Amino acid sequence: MPARIIQDNQTPFNTVEIDPVTLEVIENALRNARVEMDATLVRTAMSPGIREQGDAFPLIADHKGRMVVGQFGSYIGPFLDGYDGTVEDGDMIFLSDPYSVGGAISHCNDWLVLLPVFRDGRLIAYTSMFGHQSDIGGKVPGSMPIDATEIFQEGVRIPPVKIWKKGTYNEDLIKLVMHQSRTPDWCKADLNALIASCRVAARRVIEMAERFGDDVFVSATDQLLDRNYRAMVQLIESSISEEKVSFEDYICDDGMGYGPYRIKCTMWRENGRVILDFDGTDPQSKASINMLLNENMMRMFFGIYMIMIFDPQILFNDGYYPLIDVRIPEGSLLKPKFPAALSGRTHVLGRLFDILGGLLGQKTPQFLNAAGFSSSPHLFYAGTDKAGKWFQLFQIGFGGIPGRPLGDGPDGHSLFPGFTNVPNEFLERYFPLVIENYSTVADSGGPGLHRGGNGIDMVYRFLEPGVIAIHDDRWFVPPWGVNGGLPGARARKLLVKADGTEIVVGNKLENHPVEAGDRLHFITWGGGGWGDPLDRDPALLVKEVTQGLVTAEGARRYGVVLIDGVVDAAATDALRAEMRATRGDVDVFDFGPDIDTLRANCLAETGLPAPTAPQWVRAAQAA
Amino acid sequence: MTYRLGVDVGGTFTDLLLFNQSSGAFWRHKTPSTPHDSSQGILTGLTAICAGAGITPADIDYFLHGTTVATNAILEGKGARVGLIVTQGYGQVMQIARSFVPGGLAGWIVWPKPEPLAALEDTVEIAGRMDAQGNELRPIDEDGIRAALGRFEGFEALTVSLMNSYLNGGHEKRVGEIAAEMLPGVPVSLSHVVLPEMQEYERTLTTVANAAVRPVVGKYVRNLRSSLRSNGMAGSLSLLRSDGGLMSSEKAEDHPVALLMSGPAGGVTAALWVGKNAGIRNILTLDVGGTSTDVALIENLEARRVRTTEVGHLAVRASALDVKTVGAGGGSIAYVPELTGALRVGPQSAGAVPGPVAYGKGGELPTVTDANVVLGYLPENLLGGAFKLDREGAARAVQTIADRLGIGLMEAARGIIDIVNENMFGALRMISVQQGYDPRHFAVMGFGGAGPLHVNAISRLMGAWPAVSPVSPGVLCALGDATTRMRTETARSFSRRFDETYEAQVNTQLAEMAAQVTAELTAEGIAPEDVTVQFELDVRYEGQAFEVPLSIDAATLEADGLPGVTARFDAEHERLFTFNMDSPHELVNLRAVAMGPLLELEAQRLPQGNGDPIAAKLRDHQLWANGAMVPAVLYDRAKLRAGDIIPGPAIVTEMDSTTLIEADCVGAVDAFGNILINLA
Repeated sequence: MPARIIQDNQTPFNTVEIDPVTLEVIENALRNARVEMDATLVRTAMSPGIREQGDAFPLIADHKGRMVVGQFGSYIGPFLDGYDGTVEDGDMIFLSDPYSVGGAISHCNDWLVLLPVFRDGRLIAYTSMFGHQSDIGGKVPGSMPIDATEIFQEGVRIPPVKIWKKGTYNEDLIKLVMHQSRTPDWCKADLNALIASCRVAARRVIEMAERFGDDVFVSATDQLLDRNYRAMVQLIESSISEEKVSFEDYICDDGMGYGPYRIKCTMWRENGRVILDFDGTDPQSKASINMLLNENMMRMFFGIYMIMIFDPQILFNDGYYPLIDVRIPEGSLLKPKFPAALSGRTHVLGRLFDILGGLLGQKTPQFLNAAGFSSSPHLFYAGTDKAGKWFQLFQIGFGGIPGRPLGDGPDGHSLFPGFTNVPNEFLERYFPLVIENYSTVADSGGPGLHRGGNGIDMVYRFLEPGVIAIHDDRWFVPPWGVNGGLPGARARKLLVKADGTEIVVGNKLENHPVEAGDRLHFITWGGGGWGDPLDRDPALLVKEVTQGLVTAEGARRYGVVLIDGVVDAAATDALRAEMRATRGDVDVFDFGPDIDTLRANCLAETGLPAPTAPQWVRAAQAA
Repeated sequence: MTYRLGVDVGGTFTDLLLFNQSSGAFWRHKTPSTPHDSSQGILTGLTAICAGAGITPADIDYFLHGTTVATNAILEGKGARVGLIVTQGYGQVMQIARSFVPGGLAGWIVWPKPEPLAALEDTVEIAGRMDAQGNELRPIDEDGIRAALGRFEGFEALTVSLMNSYLNGGHEKRVGEIAAEMLPGVPVSLSHVVLPEMQEYERTLTTVANAAVRPVVGKYVRNLRSSLRSNGMAGSLSLLRSDGGLMSSEKAEDHPVALLMSGPAGGVTAALWVGKNAGIRNILTLDVGGTSTDVALIENLEARRVRTTEVGHLAVRASALDVKTVGAGGGSIAYVPELTGALRVGPQSAGAVPGPVAYGKGGELPTVTDANVVLGYLPENLLGGAFKLDREGAARAVQTIADRLGIGLMEAARGIIDIVNENMFGALRMISVQQGYDPRHFAVMGFGGAGPLHVNAISRLMGAWPAVSPVSPGVLCALGDATTRMRTETARSFSRRFDETYEAQVNTQLAEMAAQVTAELTAEGIAPEDVTVQFELDVRYEGQAFEVPLSIDAATLEADGLPGVTARFDAEHERLFTFNMDSPHELVNLRAVAMGPLLELEAQRLPQGNGDPIAAKLRDHQLWANGAMVPAVLYDRAKLRAGDIIPGPAIVTEMDSTTLIEADCVGAVDAFGNILINLA
């Protein structure tokens, strides 16, 4: 049974005329309120994941639950459909179970707070925010066991419950939840921060309704959604063809030795609507790399990419959702069946963006970006220090941004919105480790007219024994290049023992013991290249060699011959001519070697055995 | 007689304000800026204003100057080539920065990454390492340092920023010594001196920014000083810091990073002076220029400060007044995007060239100024009649917006004004409501060329009254330069929990820092008894990313102790975020601020009138109010008298600014000539 919304005041909102100025004013005010949510959260949260890295997402929705401002699209619809309870004035809803909201949040670490905003007994809006918690219990520190086989191993699962029920705080509930965490202080602070952010936004909504009147506010949100709908109708008409285009890419492995897993999407326009069909995507994994992909979230990703690629002027909201039809096969990697494990879903999430880019740019290569949305690579390091104090680090790393139509991909920057690195002096002050190196890896960005960004080699020297876990991808299937650009370098993890012994460790690793004095090289992927590297200005390569971003040897991949740091023009011309002749025609995409070749060379190239092709159990197949 | 001259150099005009410190009398002057060499415009202005006051430059005791020279060097990428020396493994600290990409999801597709302020090829790594407790982990290698420094021959500036140097600057010092020996004459900035605080990227950036603008600022200051000297000006030359204090021009040459917000700081310090005279203690400032608007909050005659100065894409760690800038000004362009059909105003601006259509300098796109002209808020003559506005051209341009929206000309013009006001309102909300301040306890002061035109509407939106049009709103920054006081500060990282901290430790460090800053001011000729020292403690809950700076003096600290500090933190946290926590408190940074004497002087009073402004009436006028053209009156500000009551709608003009008093409001002229607008 869907949720029942209890309102003392049954008067329906009147649709009123709104002049363009008022509409603009309300839109601005909503946008400001959203910015204020972010600011409040960052200032009051405590876990490094949220406070330093910004792993949290705000939303303001209209009274029907459609997102008017925000980032990842609204999950309120699916929540209301699945929630067997009431929504009342003074309630605040709290949840973390992805299966309870159709995957609108994608793993249990994301805690979501939802505040229905009432005015004079009528529901006028929702404010909501979710943020990544450092630890919610379960089998490993950080609560994202890559080797989980069902969601029950991934810590506390919170179904939709009320922190506040008609204004009464449910302290026992919070006690029960916090009791499950290894880091209850951080979780308490971060939950407080989420709540404070929602309250701030709710206050702004009420102020707007007071200033303009409830009918004007509600009609304005309708119009903002409608305006977006109309803009997207045009954009779809002009940018998406009726002819089907497909794109597929891979997740390298599942952390249990199997892989790669294919994700495939086909896109076309039909009767003015866009169809995104994931038929051909591999079945769900027995491990945790599944992602329960919410259709609305996919609509939002699609919309944002459309806007960013074709017309960055438009502000997006949920208004265009009816124009996008998302089809995901049941029992696939993107729609696994309960209780499939989900904690390693970050890799699929990242890959979806590469797939979107590949789909949208295919017919218009001038708009196409290369690949590089590996994932958000994670490192966990936990243990008990000499003083007997528990420490637990969860850190998100960054790699190379792909080459873009605009220019080179930045080195070692974030593809996820709003994320920042943690200052190394902060890490060293609060955790038992020394960061011995924090530089990008020369030549790791894919060569191109616009070079892909380099990945980072971050070297942790551990000062206390403990355990580490790593979640990364793009170590087996490289990030592809486009329009002549070459693929970027793959990710790699190397553990160097105090005696100098080097051990290549997996990019999906759980509960791996480390000793004091061990050094971990956490090396991330490089972005794919954009455009023909043989057209890149040799002078740029001279500069980049001095900068340490490219080596003299690496410059040869651009056909540039450097002798003592100076371009040998004749040799360069000759090499470029030869390379042009040997390579023949240039395809739109350069995926690097095919999967079989990658497999055959895997051990030699990566130091790791090739993943085994996954075997599907019939029962898990799509019905 | 003691004369103070405030000089503010803007993009278009150089404003001067001469102040007789004995009588409170003042003279103002506006002259075109000379961007190729600002000192020319300054000298032209100096000559003119001295002539007006009947003095010579030799009579000026204090030359006080707000400048954007440091800001522009950063924004236009004209800083010096800086060599950077960092810890092994950290050569790309500026390249990687904080890994942040603005613009939300997929924002990376359209983000042009700025080049680092110290080029990657000019960065070298050296061996040696301090740990996070300030102990030496590995020694430095002097031969390696010499080899590294060798490549910086001929550089204009060097910076050294090593890991954890905020706790132990020993290695940096040694590198500095070797550099001084090998590269004499090249200025060296050490990060633990410029900013002894945690966070390697921010510390490095701040140190590099300082080094990058040093040669530019140094050259500018020396050139200005010699021009002034050769024109007979023998008085002291001081520059306005981003935090609203003054520093000697000599000190500014060494520490120019403190000047990055010098420009906008002038307006805020002026608002403090005006507010103090007018008896208004809580003020929201609204400085409206051609392309942008700066806003700031003053509570109880104290302007809010922040620890970060934002210039372009850079966030440099240096104290600044908390000034927020929005891309909304007189030149902001109105447009209707194809896809959404929404009415947008700014942030694109017509700037000074081509400027608004009404200026007749080739502008073709409708701007805020054009809408103000169409509505009758800006009468035909600007700058005392030297300059006539093209009303027809403005109407033609605004008509294009009206046609796109399917509304009337006047409605479109009013829409443009409403939206730009809303953008300014949004900026003011960020510094007031969003910081937990109730705007109803504040006045709004509008200045800059267009501030007094919008201030009445902004007051109405904020519910903050009165709307104040101060005396000489067009040259207010220069007034701020002229009336503020000397200031200096120093900071140290502390990073310890309160329950692990002895009060004596804190007091000892603060006393050392107080002695240091006091000595800096006495070295500039201020008598020790005239120096006031204040402390600031940055406090947070352990683990938070955000510190609350708390001002405190030695006596209060002694009386209330550290518990008094944590109690104040809790109150401030509650105000900002509506909750407190049980977590332990952490004392993050200590700062000592020394200030010179306050200028104790009343502004000059206007002659008392009889309440009727009729003597100042220029003519009858028409303007758009509440959906129709209505009769209004045009007044000459120079002829207003204290106590005059001006019923709205009315317009008050002066040389370089125009004040709009809306219908159903009333303006009262106070004893000093400020116009205070309230609801009728």
